[in-house]
Amino acid sequence: MVPISYYLILAAALFCIGMFGVLIRRNALVVFMCVELMLNAANLTFLAFAKQNGDFTGHVSAFFVIAVAAAEASIGLAIVIAVFRSRGTVNIDEMRTMKH
Amino acid sequence: MNVELVLFGAFALLTLLSAGLVIFAKNAISSAMALVATFFFLAGIYVLLWAHTVAVLQVLVYAGAIMVLFLFVIMLLNLGESTATGPRLTLSRIAGGAAAAGLLVVLVVSIWKMPVRAETFTGPQAIASGFGTLAVIGQTIFTKWLLPFEAVSLLLLVAMVGAVVVAKSRI
Repeated sequence: MVPISYYLILAAALFCIGMFGVLIRRNALVVFMCVELMLNAANLTFLAFAKQNGDFTGHVSAFFVIAVAAAEASIGLAIVIAVFRSRGTVNIDEMRTMKH
Repeated sequence: MNVELVLFGAFALLTLLSAGLVIFAKNAISSAMALVATFFFLAGIYVLLWAHTVAVLQVLVYAGAIMVLFLFVIMLLNLGESTATGPRLTLSRIAGGAAAAGLLVVLVVSIWKMPVRAETFTGPQAIASGFGTLAVIGQTIFTKWLLPFEAVSLLLLVAMVGAVVVAKSRI
């Protein structure tokens, strides 16, 4: 029997790894991938508490988180494509100002 | 030392290793493949949590659709190797690492201090109530959570139209 706190600590570690990646990487696509890591850590927390309470509202919440993440990924990647077309780079250090 | 603990240990270690690969890989394609591996190992952990439907959805939607979209965009932008100019250990990176480590310490301490419940919901009780099966979750979504379901479908339509409009070179 695995205690629920093990799953929660794994989710916390995954969230902190994702946050570290968002703060440290300069490629906009890799930053996006680390945001997806953080969303998955939140999903894992939802499911761990759902198992503890015997209430599958956590599963429904995780389902909606996955759907919203899909919508956000498509729009975000379209924005990255548009920025690449106008600036020629996806390095976030080189996209400092909104005016080109 | 039962099978569940061994499986959890294996999947958790592999998840953390591939997540570390995501943030430390040299080029974007390696990060994307490591993220696909992370999603697969996370789906294994979801199965250990009796969340079968969400595990299958994770593989279908996250690892199957979202990551394919990522890989298409990476190949479309045709990025080469990362030109890592400048020093590796700048002040902002050290501050970022300290912030992440601090948050990890706070979260782990608060989880450790949580009151421990006697048992978790599993076994014959879970099988009898259909915990985590598609039928039960579908029933809940279409009765109690109908408004969020319709709102998410509208959100997906808006996201689809928005993605096409934003990414087109000439409207």
